[in-house]
Amino acid sequence: MSDIINDMVIRFANVNGTGSASANNMFSKAVFRMGLPVSPKNIFPSNIQGLPTWYEVRINEHGYLGRRAGIDVLVAVNPQSYEKDIASVRSGGYFIYDSSKPLHKQDLRDDITYLGIPMMQLSMDFFSVPRQQQLFKNIIYVGALAALLNMDMDVIRQIIREQFAAKPKLVPPNFQALDAGYNYANETFSCPLPIHLETRDNVGDHILIEGNAATALGTIYGGATVAAWYPITPSTSIIKEFESYAKQLRIDPETGQKNYASVQAEDELAAMGMVIGATWNGARAFTTTSGPGVSLMGEFIGLAYFAEIPVVLINVQRGGPSTGMPTRTQQGDLMTCIYASHGDTKHICLFPSTPAECFEMTAECFDLADRFQTPVILVSDLDLGMNYHMSPPLKWDDNRRYDLGKVYNAEELEQLKEYGRYLDVDDDGICYRTIPGTHPTKGSFFTRGTSRDEYARYTESGEVYVRVVDRLLKKWVTAQDHVPAPELYQKEYRSSKGIVFLGTTTYAALEAMDMMEAKGISVDAIRIKAFPFNKTVADFMEEHDEIFVIEQNRDAQLRTIIMNELEIPPSKLTSILNYDGMPITAKTIVDGIQAHLSVGAEA
Amino acid sequence: MTYIKPTFRHPGLPKNALGFAKSDYEGAISTLCAGCGHDSISGGIIQACFEMNVEPHRLAKISGIGCSSKTPTYFLRNSHGFNSVHGRMPSVTTGANMANRDLIYLGISGDGDTASIGMGQFVHAIRRNLNMVYIVMNNGCYGLTKGQDSATADLGSRTKPGKPNPFEAIDLVGMALELKATFVARSFSGDKTQLVPLIKAAMSHPGFALIDVISPCVTFNNNKGSTKSYDFVRDHIAATSVLDFVPEQEEITVEYEEGSSADVALHDGSVIALRKLAPKWDPTDRYSAFLRLQKSKMDGEILTGLIYIDPKSQELHDLMNTTKRPLNTLREDDLCPGSVKLEEINVSMR
Repeated sequence: MSDIINDMVIRFANVNGTGSASANNMFSKAVFRMGLPVSPKNIFPSNIQGLPTWYEVRINEHGYLGRRAGIDVLVAVNPQSYEKDIASVRSGGYFIYDSSKPLHKQDLRDDITYLGIPMMQLSMDFFSVPRQQQLFKNIIYVGALAALLNMDMDVIRQIIREQFAAKPKLVPPNFQALDAGYNYANETFSCPLPIHLETRDNVGDHILIEGNAATALGTIYGGATVAAWYPITPSTSIIKEFESYAKQLRIDPETGQKNYASVQAEDELAAMGMVIGATWNGARAFTTTSGPGVSLMGEFIGLAYFAEIPVVLINVQRGGPSTGMPTRTQQGDLMTCIYASHGDTKHICLFPSTPAECFEMTAECFDLADRFQTPVILVSDLDLGMNYHMSPPLKWDDNRRYDLGKVYNAEELEQLKEYGRYLDVDDDGICYRTIPGTHPTKGSFFTRGTSRDEYARYTESGEVYVRVVDRLLKKWVTAQDHVPAPELYQKEYRSSKGIVFLGTTTYAALEAMDMMEAKGISVDAIRIKAFPFNKTVADFMEEHDEIFVIEQNRDAQLRTIIMNELEIPPSKLTSILNYDGMPITAKTIVDGIQAHLSVGAEA
Repeated sequence: MTYIKPTFRHPGLPKNALGFAKSDYEGAISTLCAGCGHDSISGGIIQACFEMNVEPHRLAKISGIGCSSKTPTYFLRNSHGFNSVHGRMPSVTTGANMANRDLIYLGISGDGDTASIGMGQFVHAIRRNLNMVYIVMNNGCYGLTKGQDSATADLGSRTKPGKPNPFEAIDLVGMALELKATFVARSFSGDKTQLVPLIKAAMSHPGFALIDVISPCVTFNNNKGSTKSYDFVRDHIAATSVLDFVPEQEEITVEYEEGSSADVALHDGSVIALRKLAPKWDPTDRYSAFLRLQKSKMDGEILTGLIYIDPKSQELHDLMNTTKRPLNTLREDDLCPGSVKLEEINVSMR
């Protein structure tokens, strides 16, 4: 069999809380710095310490970064999960394990290769403190992989130097552990393995960053001053990153005081209440949560929608319903986000698929919320938020100005003959608001969640109520042309068949498109970036006879929304679904589409 | 239904230092029941703001849901108001305060809004020492939904439509003391001479200021057998002190007899001048406040007045080290780190 170069899935099986994450990230970064597109994914338990955790890395020089089934190389450091891990390796693959203790013979398959490295033994030879033995064991397997997979040791050493720049004393023992693993593998096995890596120049100016970190930077660059939040996986790291960046970037140089406020709320309801209070009072504010939090915020989201208060809500989706699979990914909150709260409500939603989009769209959420005086939801997911992704670099135009929307200042109020908070002066459904504290005698109004007239006065008149809610709909229609436009993946339509997807499904969908193309099946593709849908989305649905809606939930929520909002006949829309908590693969998509097409051909 | 008040004012009405008449601090005509205690509290707020020379636009009035929470429409028409959702006034006020630390935040809530649905937010606002005045218009019942008992209804108390309440009451004042609230007071809607200086002092206090105001519900809870009726409260009231609020620029003219007076100087230079009525009670000593409150309970009294104040209170912004500039005034130059910095971040991610 010929060698396989730069195309593999390698999975690390570790114990949660043993410091493996840092070694595994070091591995991914080294691959990335060898110029190879890389896509690591954490498959972790809802636990602090002791349970099995996996880290799966796909390396593909062509840049296909969606999850791929079939593990080529498994690095097993956790005897708890050996049985399952051995079973997960593809036929012909490699099982690298800590041979400090022998494997149970009954577990062994004869169609894979076992490579035993006495990781713990080597670590004990070099280090005396148990915690160190534990931590350096991880570096030892990185060293062994460097030999087995033909990795650039200089690159790894440089990463170690950078990682311990603040604690240079730790550099030599890390080098020692790295060499120990490298030398052992080199002396014991024929290195490199037939499946291995070679340096390329295929990552351009891309960066390796977690979606949540990019989202946090989006809030900083987007001008958010108030963060109100309640901890929930997988959104919490946005706040951690926000606070960490804010401490560097948002300190008043003269006083050392903070140009931001981050409040840990008592629950998600309070977090949303704080955002509403802050934006009502003229600051840019946001909250971060996941599905259960969105459910709890429901009442407040309706208030913000009806009373027309800007809100930025970041929902990093996880597996639902209920507590569901808190550490697995899904796109199960599409309906919840789009129609959150009771009564007639619909909300602007943005769907990023890369960290660069997390950054850009988050900043844009603040402009949209201020412009349309309504909740705007960034709908991310665990896969995007909590995993490192190869992403285009983050960009900011220094000439960009915040769009604070329609707000009267004191001078404008002074000139004004009459002020009505909910008067549709410009006939676009968007009215002028005022911020408390602006003018001593003009512009005050009473914000309420009850029905009110154009002057913010309570009313029970059905006629006035209808006028108000119809104007809200008009505003929503206005928003269609202001939200990010969808991405089309062809210059002009070339097929009667189309695929539609959003968010992290994109990685697998684009790979699937190429796989089908190779089989002679041509489809057009559209990626939805926002709700409400604009005309391009509607046209795509009109122009294609058969559309595959690819999404990661059980109930085909995106399909329902397309049917509902664009009045597309259900018979035109076929679902390709994945909802087991793991990111969808290109193969799932290709198999699903092919199965449907062959059934169609037989009929 | 919207009632419009005539805006004509007699030119000879007395004005405050800002040139506003007291009527400039009024709001729309109340739609509450005639004789409702809440209207008297609204009157107290109007009086306090007029006398304190509050610029109406420098105060934000925020409420939850219920009869109490309707009242912000009935005072301070030139102030922004926010009638939010049930039990969530504290979080909305927290956010508003984070956005602009320079305004006065007047939170209006009721006993249902605070002691039941909003208990979580109430205690956490105290815990953070949010700089706000928190007035509970406490009538022991749910008026808008026709008189169900609330969580502050006393054991055995009876509303007009109801049976004797079988549950112990939640005492918001005792709870606030336990949670180390930095300003704790109770008053009675029928005692304006006490309520007005309390509101003024609360507005000057840097931190969380609770005024639990017993405010009889004339329709559902002013009957015989109720412990929140006008008659019952008048018969059982006991005040910690007679107090006067002296703003910073004024001289103290109130003179109490020696030994019974206690002046509490506030952060902004103003003074609360007290004539103590309760023995062994020191308003700046939480322990003595606790003991006094417990004794009143045992004696069947309703203890009113200033119960505790921490003159060294540090409000949330101080604890968080937020900039003195209101966050809602910061713009791109203060907030956006720019493209050069972003490129540095990109480089660190390669």
